[in-house]
Amino acid sequence: MDFNDTPEEAAFRKEVRAWLDANATRKSDDKASFRARNDDPELLKKAKAWQDMKAKAGYARITWPKEYGGRGGSPILQVIYQQEEANYLVPLGFFDIGLGMCIPTMMAYASPEHLQRYVKPALHGDEVWCQLFSEPAAGSDVAGIRTRAERAKLPDGGDGWVINGQKVWTSGAHYSDYGIIITRTDPNVPKHAGLTMFFLSMKTPGVEVRPIKQMSGGANFNEVFFTDVRIPDSQRLGKVGEGWKAALTTLMNERLAVGMPSGGLDVDELMELARDTDLEDGPAIRNQQVRSKIADWYVQQQGLKLTRYRTLTALSKGQTPGPESSIIKIVAAPKMQDMGAFAMELMGPAGIMKEEVPHAAGFQAQWIGGAGFRIAGGTDEILRNIVAERVLGMPADVRVDKDVPFNKLK
Amino acid sequence: MNFDFSDDQKLLKEQLRKFLTDKCPTKVVRRVLDGNETHADEVWKGLVDLGVPATGIPEEYGGLGLSPLELCVIAEEVGRAAAPVPFDTSVVLATEALKLAGSDAQKKKWLSELAAGKAIGTLAIAEGPQPPKPRGIRTTFGGGRLNGKKVPVADGEAATFAVVLANTGGQGDRAVSLVLVDLTQAAVSKKRVETIDPARKHAELTFKDANAEFLGAEGEGWRTLERLYDAAAVYFAFAQVGGAEAAMWMARDYALQRQAFGRAIGSYQAIKHKLADCYVKLELARSNAYYGAMMLTDGGADLPLAAAAARIAATDAYDFASKENIQTHGGIGFTWEADTQFHYRRARVMALALGGPMAWKDKLVSRLEQKNAA
Repeated sequence: MDFNDTPEEAAFRKEVRAWLDANATRKSDDKASFRARNDDPELLKKAKAWQDMKAKAGYARITWPKEYGGRGGSPILQVIYQQEEANYLVPLGFFDIGLGMCIPTMMAYASPEHLQRYVKPALHGDEVWCQLFSEPAAGSDVAGIRTRAERAKLPDGGDGWVINGQKVWTSGAHYSDYGIIITRTDPNVPKHAGLTMFFLSMKTPGVEVRPIKQMSGGANFNEVFFTDVRIPDSQRLGKVGEGWKAALTTLMNERLAVGMPSGGLDVDELMELARDTDLEDGPAIRNQQVRSKIADWYVQQQGLKLTRYRTLTALSKGQTPGPESSIIKIVAAPKMQDMGAFAMELMGPAGIMKEEVPHAAGFQAQWIGGAGFRIAGGTDEILRNIVAERVLGMPADVRVDKDVPFNKLK
Repeated sequence: MNFDFSDDQKLLKEQLRKFLTDKCPTKVVRRVLDGNETHADEVWKGLVDLGVPATGIPEEYGGLGLSPLELCVIAEEVGRAAAPVPFDTSVVLATEALKLAGSDAQKKKWLSELAAGKAIGTLAIAEGPQPPKPRGIRTTFGGGRLNGKKVPVADGEAATFAVVLANTGGQGDRAVSLVLVDLTQAAVSKKRVETIDPARKHAELTFKDANAEFLGAEGEGWRTLERLYDAAAVYFAFAQVGGAEAAMWMARDYALQRQAFGRAIGSYQAIKHKLADCYVKLELARSNAYYGAMMLTDGGADLPLAAAAARIAATDAYDFASKENIQTHGGIGFTWEADTQFHYRRARVMALALGGPMAWKDKLVSRLEQKNAA
């Protein structure tokens, strides 16, 4: 066993490092980040410029086929690029949804002309994409969406659709140029059967984006309203009524997140805090309750890192990773929340004050952010269902709405 | 990145699993639990024939000279079967103690007998109530004579020799030494003791002027024991991972079959999420155990930290899976005739054998402090 690169991987890593050294600034401190406020328009400009440089150098999407601007590389090379890029101070996070989920769905369903038109600008960061799935009444149960698409003649006489409804929690919609949207085209059949997927310009008349201010103070996601939004039938992705299948294609492309850097404060900083905190009977680091918690979180932190290494091992060998990476968010999100809360407790009453104690803001951000992370991209509960069903082969939940036409549901 | 076992090691694991599924089904565990025998001797002999005790012993002492990784995959399968054999004691603790501290003559004698299956070894540390520590050891060794009482000693009856922690009169941590004693001599008496896990027999050993010799230098007992426990923690972690996985699937299988309120109980989230949590703990334990195995194999400086993490994660995973397995079974899971008890009992025995989670968490943080200070 070892954590070493294969010769091919090592050569690629060296090449990537040389390119990054020549084009970006190395972080002085591994906690430094550019991601803190990605609702900042200046940052978006910088991110677009960086994305363009990456795309020109062939690093933007390493696994994509060459015809789409990728290099037809293996997933492990993509991971290696991300690991190296994480050591540099570069603006990231604006294109993950578009390139990770939307464009792969386009590749599966869009016409060659559309691909010719949309893939390159997305890859180079000229156009940003968002994913319009969740709705106020459809979160974990995405197939329960209500946004309607109905057939309509367009002003130019062509076949088209008119969309009415509302999406929510749409990350980046406020700076996105395009989106893929799942709609209900037939309410007379059970919910999964009546869905159809489209793509559209976020500038289409009738689309209105309203940012949502989050509990953390940021505003990265949005409500998106659709009022008589007319689009041509050529923007349909997949067959009418097969939108659920298309949506699963999108969601399956959420992989590769395994190589993403975790960043943020962790056990090292908690230990630092425990050393500096005086309890009645001495430094907190000597207190057995404190030590017990530190040990538990260290075991989790190591367990997550090493579980990723197991997944990367499979990728490196060209195998399909096992299901072990399905545990990562189930562990990481509550850990963030609980460790943040505990660190604040160590600070005493001043733990509620920003910047009073070293690392206070960082741990508070984890405590706040953890609450969101436990929900985003699959709640703790849905993820446990997924593990139980897909890994342990347990029955799906009883779905009382499964065979009922959507418009007959209460 | 190569953080996985080799194909050959996986094949070895498969082979062990087949052997134990065939020769050590739960009815064998039950036979030992209910009966008088010290261990399932036919299973043990089969393991000897497969070369299990010889695995980690160097070739010069009659062993197979394989790496710790091979012994790790074997440990996982022995743990999965909850096999009532002296594996933890003889193959892990006694063998590793000899490898760590034995003189060439001691290794020649005892390791070759272990490898050939002619000897069974064990480790005798505890002396009744109170966690063992250097200052509390009352068993004494001097002038070649061992006197005192050790209890509980796992496989104390089956073992032909023991590595004993004895007071040799030094100061502080140096008050104790490891001593090697032949248990077949008349100056040693053995008495079975009742424990929470009758499928793993334990004994009280009494030494009255028994012939014995130092294993390692005088006064080095506690330090050697710490190192021995680090290695053992990794092997135990694999056995615990195997046991936890077995308990998890036992619960899963029952949950699919048992009906309540008109459907399988495995379709209720209360059960699904509980078993998903078993899986989460299991994978955290497995990943930490792999790193322990890697450090053990490479002699990596990170071994003390990796071993502690593996120990804590695996103990947690096995405790959780084995208790929730009973819970998933409901009333039938609490009966003597149910197989659920095997892992519940074994999980606790294994959790306490090298010191419990409380002690290991303290150790882990101390090691983390040392690492950060370095």
